[in-house]
This record gives sequence, structure tokens and C-alpha cells, in this order.
Amino acid sequence: MNKLVKREELGALAVTLQAEAAKGAGVARIFVGMSTCGIASGAEPVYAAIAAALAEHKVQNVELVKAGCVGLCYVEPTVDIQLPGKPVVTLGNVTPERGRQLVTEMIGNGQFESPFSVNDAAFKKQVRIALRHCGRLDPERIADYVREGGYQSLAKALFELKPEDVIKTIKDAGLRGRGGGGFLTGLKWELARNAKAAPKYIVCNADEGDPGAFMDRSVLEGDPHCVLEAMALAGYAVGARYGFIYCRAEYPLAVKRLEIAIGQARELGLLGENILGSGFSFDMQIKLGAGAFVCGEETALIHSIEGKRGEPTVKPPFPAESGLWGKSTTVNNVETLACVVPILEKGSAWFRSIGTEKSPGTKVFALAGDIKNVGLVEVPMGMTIHEVLEEIGGGSRDGKPIKAVQTGGPSGGCIPQSKFDTPIEYESLTALGSIMGSGGLIVMGSNTSMVNIAHFYLEFTCDESCGKCTPCRIGNRRLFEILDRIVKGQGKMEDLLKLEELGAVIKDTALCGLGQTSPNPVLSTLRWFRSEYEDAIKRGQKPVTYSILAEKCVGCRACVKACPVPCIDGTAKKPHVIRQEECIHCGACFAKCKFAAIVKE
Amino acid sequence: MAEACLPPPAADTAAFYRELDAYIAHFAAELRTRTVLIPVLQKAQELFGYLPQEVQRHVAGALGLTPGEVGGVVTFYHYFSTQPRGRHTVNICLGTACYVRGAKKVLEALRQELNIELGGTTADLRFSLCSQRCFGACGLAPVVMIDKDVHSRVSPKKLAGILEKYT
Ligand SMILES: Cc1cc2nc3c(=O)[nH]c(=O)nc-3n(C[C@H](O)[C@H](O)[C@H](O)COP(=O)(O)O)c2cc1C
Ligand code: FES
Repeated sequence: MNKLVKREELGALAVTLQAEAAKGAGVARIFVGMSTCGIASGAEPVYAAIAAALAEHKVQNVELVKAGCVGLCYVEPTVDIQLPGKPVVTLGNVTPERGRQLVTEMIGNGQFESPFSVNDAAFKKQVRIALRHCGRLDPERIADYVREGGYQSLAKALFELKPEDVIKTIKDAGLRGRGGGGFLTGLKWELARNAKAAPKYIVCNADEGDPGAFMDRSVLEGDPHCVLEAMALAGYAVGARYGFIYCRAEYPLAVKRLEIAIGQARELGLLGENILGSGFSFDMQIKLGAGAFVCGEETALIHSIEGKRGEPTVKPPFPAESGLWGKSTTVNNVETLACVVPILEKGSAWFRSIGTEKSPGTKVFALAGDIKNVGLVEVPMGMTIHEVLEEIGGGSRDGKPIKAVQTGGPSGGCIPQSKFDTPIEYESLTALGSIMGSGGLIVMGSNTSMVNIAHFYLEFTCDESCGKCTPCRIGNRRLFEILDRIVKGQGKMEDLLKLEELGAVIKDTALCGLGQTSPNPVLSTLRWFRSEYEDAIKRGQKPVTYSILAEKCVGCRACVKACPVPCIDGTAKKPHVIRQEECIHCGACFAKCKFAAIVKE
Repeated sequence: MAEACLPPPAADTAAFYRELDAYIAHFAAELRTRTVLIPVLQKAQELFGYLPQEVQRHVAGALGLTPGEVGGVVTFYHYFSTQPRGRHTVNICLGTACYVRGAKKVLEALRQELNIELGGTTADLRFSLCSQRCFGACGLAPVVMIDKDVHSRVSPKKLAGILEKYT
């Protein structure tokens, strides 16, 4: 393929590629899911086996594609087969033998009876926008993306739309940031457009720090070009000509595929100077993270790109006004960017027709934990949690009711089963004490201890706090110590109040989003699962029993007033008695008694 | 810095320095500042295996920074290590999905099997034990990554067999 220097050449290339694909109307396609997860499950030998079998049988008219992940992690390696004019059949748990056998079946009768064939149910309720190409094209071949109409939106914008029009379309679509904050993307672009300081920068936030989330990785590994195209579009809209992709170092395959994609786009003239002869230039580079959760926060991320410690700063000024090296910087999440091209292709009204009034479009969730169908799903906003878990996720692994889900990772909260009928939207999740977050959905089965989960997240926050502000550095440490006591069976009932009070203070006073949300896992589990905390405390308390010595008790009633249960019987001026079976061993009566009439054993 | 300042491993460090300098030189002159500090440190760690003070000082000199500025960055990011590493790095995922599916038990087993704590290295320099938060392979939880191999659905029972392969 030669470098494209005119808009028409891109159109012509797409037409040629489509014609080639159509010419083999008899061409079948076999997609092997080869993202990190697929490869770890053994997709490489499967691919090799299929390739060998195709060669051995001298099969023509079959295109074997190393594709991204379709999201069915629970049955990987997966192979998707598209026979001409037929819907795609997805086969799961494919072994190399099964791969060879598939080829014989294909040339035979085209019947795929597999011990496991994923039916439509996993897909029927999904709407794929950000993931639309994942698993359906080879991410390492730009031709595949161009054939599917790739880079046409960029070309259209460069030649037919003013930057303001692009911004207006995104604004009208109501696209909100998928990185967690939910800020209107169009508005952010407008702020950046209006910023005076030049040069301006575009940053793609691919740090995906929430442990238990892997949506962004899948998009980058399965469809990197859609992110590059969107970044160029963002550059055109705000008036930037350079971009950075900040990707975590833990994702080597994503980085490799991004590098390949950037190289191919440059070669084809879709990145670089004077793109398609439009006069607009845009290029970008990848910056690797170095393992710090806080670097997902945009101001910290910017410092990290500058080569500094990844510490956040107070907003405002927002990065759109003053970011990288003091210049206007537009930071967008991977999934947000993945929605941009479809919106420009199909229009804002189309996007608005999906999802809800306040949260249009779809959201990708990474289902993990105690759930049968672990994997990625993309659903319209407004779907209830129940539908996602039961109808798409297939329920818990042991068939018992699911106890809770955690959304938003270390910044989010646990949502109890009683609230599973809540529609998924930015606002509704916040009202439950959680957040939408970036899309990790961790399912907790019936025997998960919610206290331990809160403990786990706080340990994470303490580890990841950058140490710049006191509420986060010290407050979270104290919060963790209290929780640690409870987990170790040394907690007291009043610790629960301390957790709530300290949690509220940290939320109010921390400098950045990390600290402002770090108490959420504790506060939300306390709100919905308080009894588990109380049980943990009671269980841990040595069987201290309090009893009243009748000969010393004067019946002053001080202990009755102090008892929180209450479980002390007796009339005034007569000796009182503690109902042991109800006593919570809090010691409040013991502390109040002035006559040493209460003894502790 | 509290950590001991150990010399780089016995290998030919001169060659490493040459390669590091070549890497720094490939950046345009005006970029050879703080801007490229993190990529340069990543490269240095790839070569030396870790970042002893000597190497940090070398990087500082090459980029016109103070050793303190370099040290501040090195100690901030988990990725960088100031201690020598074993030949193989056993990385256990302690992300949420892995946690919910029993990563703690696997970690306990690893500790016993290797007889080291998290962050430690075996006396024979065969293994270092580290943890990370999520490899993005949550569907395969619990996950242990040894060097670049991802081992999925690891259980304490499977461990010995897996470790055997790395000598
Ligand atoms: C502690 C913390 C961690 C964050 N981690 C990420 C992350 O891993 N990925 C991401 O896209 N946004 C993350 N964010 C949100 C970013 O600060 C920023 O809002 C986002 O990248 C903006 O893009 P969007 O508007 O497209 O969502 C994080 C925020 C905080 C406070
Ligand atoms: S939580 Fe372990 S791979 Fe994601």
C-alpha cells in the first residue's frame, strides 16, 4: 500500500479492499481470539494447528485472522467462524485437535457441533460500540480497519467539517468520560479549543489502574486504530497536533500493537504531516507508565509524562487550560475515544437513541470474580445490574445468590443484592454510594466477607497514596489500622463510628480524586453490610462477660442508660441484671458504674 | 536512601553503560532532560536488572539532573527496583479479581515454597517474588506471571510444578 496523499485515495483504497473481500463471496473467515487472555489460555497452538490443517488440505477461500478478544474469557481460547452469508458461530474451549477437526468439518458439511458452542445469549443483550471491531479484525493490519471504513470519519472531518462542528456533534451526542468522572467530552474539547496557550496536546489515558478491569486493554489489543483515529479527530477539534498515549507497562501486548498501529498509520499517511493533503498534521507517541495507580489521575499522569513523580495537583486549573508543560491538554480515556468515531459516523441522534437521557450510549464492563461468564460485556446504559449479572453473566459460579457487586474499583463501593434492580447510570450508582468508575464489575459470592474486601481495597489505597496530602497519606493509614484491628478480631463497636467519621473527613479534605474516593469501599460496605462488621467484632472479642454483683448494685440506673442494646433489666434502687444472651460485650455499663458493681471476666 | 548501595552484578557493566548511552543519544539533544527520564530509567533497569545508585548517578549526569531528582522518581514508581533481582521474577497478581478467587492462598504457598517475603529474592538469585495489581487477565484469575509467561488459574497445588520449569 502506498502513502495516501489525497482524500479520494483513502476512499479508493477502502473500495478496493472491500471489493477484494467481496470477490471471495465464498470466503470464510476464521477468527482466533489472540489478546493477552486468549494467548494465556493457549490460543497460539490453536492458531498454529488451524493454519497447518488449512495448508495440509490446501484449503482456499478461508482467511485465518489473528483477532482481538470477543470478551468471552470464561471459554477461551475462542474461535469465531464466519461462513459466507451466515452469522458468526463462536466456539469456546477450542483445543489444537478441535482446531484441526474444525477445518475438516468446514470443508465437509459446515456443521459445527462443538462440546461448547456459545449461543447468542451472551451477545443478544449487548450493544457493541466501543468493542465493535474487537475479535472481528486483525489489529496488526491497518488494511482490515480501512476496509471496515476506518479513517473515513477523520477524512470527512478534515474536508467537510469545521472543528466546531466536530465538537458540536460530540456535545450533542452527550458522550461522557468513561474513565470514571463522567465529564462531558464535548464540553472538555470546547474548553481546550478556547484555551489560548499553544501548542496544545491530546492525551489518551490508557493507564487502566483499577485492579480487576481490562476493558481498555481489550480495545487497545483488539482495535488500536479506532483510538488513533479518535485522537487525531480530537486534535483537529481542539487545535492540537501532537498526542501521547499513556499506557501502563503491565500491558506489553497492547503497547506492541499500538506501536505497530502507529507505524502503519504513519506509513499510510494517516498520521504525520499534512494528512491526506488537508493541511492538518497530527502525530503521537506512546509513554509507558511505571506502576503507580495514582498516575491514572489526569494531573498526576501529566507529571509522569513530564518525567516527574506522578503526584497530582489541585484542579482548577484543569488540564484543558494548563496541562503538559503548562499548555492546554485534553485527557481522554480509551473507551471514551473508542466511542468518538462511531458517533461521527452515525450521528449524535443515533448515539442518544441508545442508553438513557443523562447517560447516553453504552458502557463496557469487565465481569470478574464469582461469576460464571467472566469476561467483557458492552451494554446500553440504563440496563439493570441484575440483567448484566444474571442474563449476560449467567449468575454466580456456585449457583447461589450473588451477595454484592463492587463497581469503580478502589474508588467505588459495594452494591448489595437488594439494589440489583438499579439501572446502570452515572447518577444512580453514585446515589448508592458507589461510582460508575471505569467499568470493573467484581462479583462477590455468598461466602465473600465484605469486611475483608474493604480491608483489601484500603490496603491498596495506602500502598498507592502518593503521600502529597495529609488526609490521604495519614488518614487512610489510620482507617486501615482500625479496619485491620477489626479483621484481626480486636475491634470494638465504637470503631465503626470512627471509620465513618474519619472516612467522611478524608473525602472532604483530600487533594485529588484518589483520596476523595478512597473511603468509599469502607463506607459503602458499612452502609449495606454493617452486621458483618458487628459480627466480626463480636466474634473477635474474647468471651468477656459482664455481670452485676447484686450485693454491690444500688440500682442507680446509670448502666441502663449507658447500655446501647439495651439489655439490662431491673427497677430503680433494686439490683439489676444483664441479659447475657443479648449483651454485645461493649463494656459501656462497666465504664459507667461508680460502685464497682459490674465485673468483667 | 536507606537501601544498601550494591554494585551492579558481575556481568559486563561497561557494555550496559555503552548501550544506555546510545539509547540516551538517540533522543534529540533538546529532549535529553527530565522529559525522557522515565524511559531512560526503564531502559537502564532492563539492562542492569535494577537501578543501583551508581547507575542512577550516571543517568542524572547524562540528563543534567541531580541524583536526588532521579532518586525521587525511582522511589516513586513501583516498577523500579534498587535491589538486585533474581534470574526469574515471579509476579503474583493481587488485583481484586484474583483476590476474590484466592490469590492470598497462592501467595502464602509461594512464600513457603521460595522461603522469601514479597519483594525478596532467594539466596541463590533464582527467583524474586513481586506482586502487581492486575495484569488485565482477570478472567483467568488467580494469575501468576513468571517473567513473561502468564500462568492462569493457579492453585497452591499447581505451584511446585510451575516453578520447576524455571532454573
Ligand atoms: C485515582 C484516580 C485514578 C484514575 N485512573 C484512571 C485510569 O486508570 N484510566 C482513566 O481513563 N481515567 C482514570 N482516572 C480519571 C482521570 O483523572 C480522568 O478523569 C480521565 O482520564 C478523563 O478522561 P474521560 O473524560 O474520557 O473519562 C483516574 C482518576 C483518579 C482520581
Ligand atoms: S485482578 Fe488479577 S489479573 Fe486482574
